[in-house]
Amino acid sequence: SGAFAAASLSGMPAFASKTDDAIAAFTGGASVAEGGIELTAPEIAENGNTVPVSVTAPGAVSIMLLATGNPTPAVATFNFGPMAGARSGATRIRLAKTQDVVAVAKMEDGSFRQAGATVKVTIGGCGG
Amino acid sequence: MAKGVKPRVKVPKSAAAGDVITIKTLISHKMESGVRKDGDGNIIPRSIINRFVADFNGQNIIDVTLEPAISTNPYFQFDAMVSEAGEFKFTWYDDDGSVYETSKKIKIA
Amino acid sequence: GNWGRLAAQQSLTQSKLLEFDTFGNVSLIHVTDIHAQMKPIFFREPEINIGVGGNRGQVPHVTGADFRKLYGINDGSASAYALTYDDFSSLAKGYGRVGGLDRVATVINHIRAERPDALLLDGGDTWHGSYTCHKTAGQDMVNVMNALRPDAMTFHWEFTLGSERVNEIVEGLPFAALGQNIFDSEWDEPTDMFPPYKFFETGGVKVAVIGQAFPYMPIANPGWMFPEYAFGIRDENMQAMVDEVRANGADLVVCLSHNGFDVDKQMAGIVTGIDVILSGHTHDALPEPVLVEKTIIVASGSNGKFVSRVDLDVRNGQMMGFRHKLIPIFSDVIEPDAEVAKVIDAQRAPYETELREVIGRTAEDQTLYRRGNFNGTWDDLICNALIEERDADIALSPGVRWGPSILPGQDITREDIWNVTSMSYGEVYRTEMTGEFLHVVLEDVADNLFNPDPYYQQGGDMVRVGGLGYRIDINKPQGQRITDMTLLKTGEKIESAKSYTIAGWASVNEGTEGPQIWDVVENHIRKQGTISLDPNNSVEVIGA
Ligand SMILES: [Mn+2]
Ligand SMILES: [Mn+2]
Repeated sequence: SGAFAAASLSGMPAFASKTDDAIAAFTGGASVAEGGIELTAPEIAENGNTVPVSVTAPGAVSIMLLATGNPTPAVATFNFGPMAGARSGATRIRLAKTQDVVAVAKMEDGSFRQAGATVKVTIGGCGG
Repeated sequence: MAKGVKPRVKVPKSAAAGDVITIKTLISHKMESGVRKDGDGNIIPRSIINRFVADFNGQNIIDVTLEPAISTNPYFQFDAMVSEAGEFKFTWYDDDGSVYETSKKIKIA
Repeated sequence: GNWGRLAAQQSLTQSKLLEFDTFGNVSLIHVTDIHAQMKPIFFREPEINIGVGGNRGQVPHVTGADFRKLYGINDGSASAYALTYDDFSSLAKGYGRVGGLDRVATVINHIRAERPDALLLDGGDTWHGSYTCHKTAGQDMVNVMNALRPDAMTFHWEFTLGSERVNEIVEGLPFAALGQNIFDSEWDEPTDMFPPYKFFETGGVKVAVIGQAFPYMPIANPGWMFPEYAFGIRDENMQAMVDEVRANGADLVVCLSHNGFDVDKQMAGIVTGIDVILSGHTHDALPEPVLVEKTIIVASGSNGKFVSRVDLDVRNGQMMGFRHKLIPIFSDVIEPDAEVAKVIDAQRAPYETELREVIGRTAEDQTLYRRGNFNGTWDDLICNALIEERDADIALSPGVRWGPSILPGQDITREDIWNVTSMSYGEVYRTEMTGEFLHVVLEDVADNLFNPDPYYQQGGDMVRVGGLGYRIDINKPQGQRITDMTLLKTGEKIESAKSYTIAGWASVNEGTEGPQIWDVVENHIRKQGTISLDPNNSVEVIGA
């Protein structure tokens, strides 16, 4: 390893409160449970500018995606209509650095569920 | 209207009634985040696709709100129920007021 | 060591090296990570190869005397020379050069004489790593490998030729170009160019070979050179492919992998149903396969130094047993194949004058080698060249595992320099970095090597540094491993906010400008004449 891309650097989430605020705005302050929602993201981003993420939450009416380490955590919100074949979706997102991606689902019964995944954004270089 | 914006979609040509099919969509778009600066240090204004909607025969499949953290050339993959023959309609809404549309027909095999 | 050349060679014969009691009904021949080394070379195995997490102290993270003890290898023996580092230069004088694809051809032909439908599988890093390979954009290696008639191949450095060139070559390949994890990046779908697997019928056995390209290609190498492709480990898709080939009647499932050894070990524990993983990328040479549950993992070294032969007994869709040999290619012992030798010479002929030009020589006590978790002497020399030719405080050089060695008192030719530097993004940059950024760089690279989860490891080595000292605690988390960074020329601590002039090469950024690394190194060696390097004690390693 050892030759470098731009200054996209790793570190701990520095915008946790912004994420909490965004979740609270989505849930109206209701409690959020784990389980019943699956978030898939790569362990290491091949390119921090386009990181594939997919989320599935059976019984969800909408799912919000957040990037907890971006200056602005909001990423997207999927709202499912009557012709949705599954309560799932996939997209590609920008990650400024190593961080947790979080998905929060609003369920048909009004409850909320959450899942997270850590994506490493490395400056890269080298190899065998 | 932003230049060079081109939507593309992948939809099966046919399905059995009641099938769930996977749809993929891409639209070429810079997704200017509104935080980058130009050579003179001035902020380049935000210009993104802010909403994407997919419908089947007038009924909604998925309605997505996009933020600047969505990558250049926004990509979506999702599943749709095919109850009958008909037409999928895909709509992208640009910050600048432009609306881009495309549609695909599906047969019942 | 007191090994006389004659004494050493008398103990070795071609028939002894190739001796193999043919077994079962299937033979696999594995070569990998040749890095365009068509001619015999010297290659010193690593002295430092640290394993972390569950792989601490496990092969391939065993070196030197510990390695010899583990495998019952005598000091000073041919195996000691081939597989460990100690006494390298004196043993090299006795045992001579290793590799050479004309010798590899002889071994392959011998195996084919015993088992005509043996499968020859190339693990990749083939079309990269030499002067002629660079000048011909891989064509020299394509021509020579075609003469060996492989059955399938997978990929890593090949993609640094750029996707257009890779596509052009692959379209014309007379064998399968496999990669279950090579996807079209736009739609995230498998490609037509790189199928996931291929079936072969051999000895009445249906063999499925599944390809696994290097997962972290766009991170370790410049992704902008092959934007149409996405990679990743994709072990779920690997499982799906194993299930698919089994459902289609595969009796034996072979994974031709460029994951790197620890990643292969982890994958073997997650994906069920693979019988054999032929492992590449981390350049490890192991005299015995490693067993993970029911999967055997074979590691066949690099730079043309070894060929692995694996014979298997397969009955009713079950691997009942295997016999394995890691064959070292002692170039003075194994007769070159005349036909392949001719093909090799033809590739080199237009460039012989440039290749042979002597630029300098090593001092009587100076070996040049790379291969190890931290700087080797080749790296020290390259870093010195960067600092002096580019007038920098600090040099950074990539921690790659390819590049042959040079013995004491040996001429250094232009070819030798290119063997350790050639690549399609060899520009030497010169830039300012703050102490803080430099720390982040070292931490980032260290985590790609020492993260305890193998799926986060990219299989290179620590970035090589010149002009800089530091202390590294392997077992700390990212951000806390690197401390005590010191600017060697003043002895002062590196300050976070202060800027330092850095010279380095192999940037993955598009548009990097500067002279080519091989020219910078050539200029430096020319000025030095005889290369004699000070011992390098600038990195203190804790927790190995
Ligand atoms: Mn290699
Ligand atoms: Mn490799």
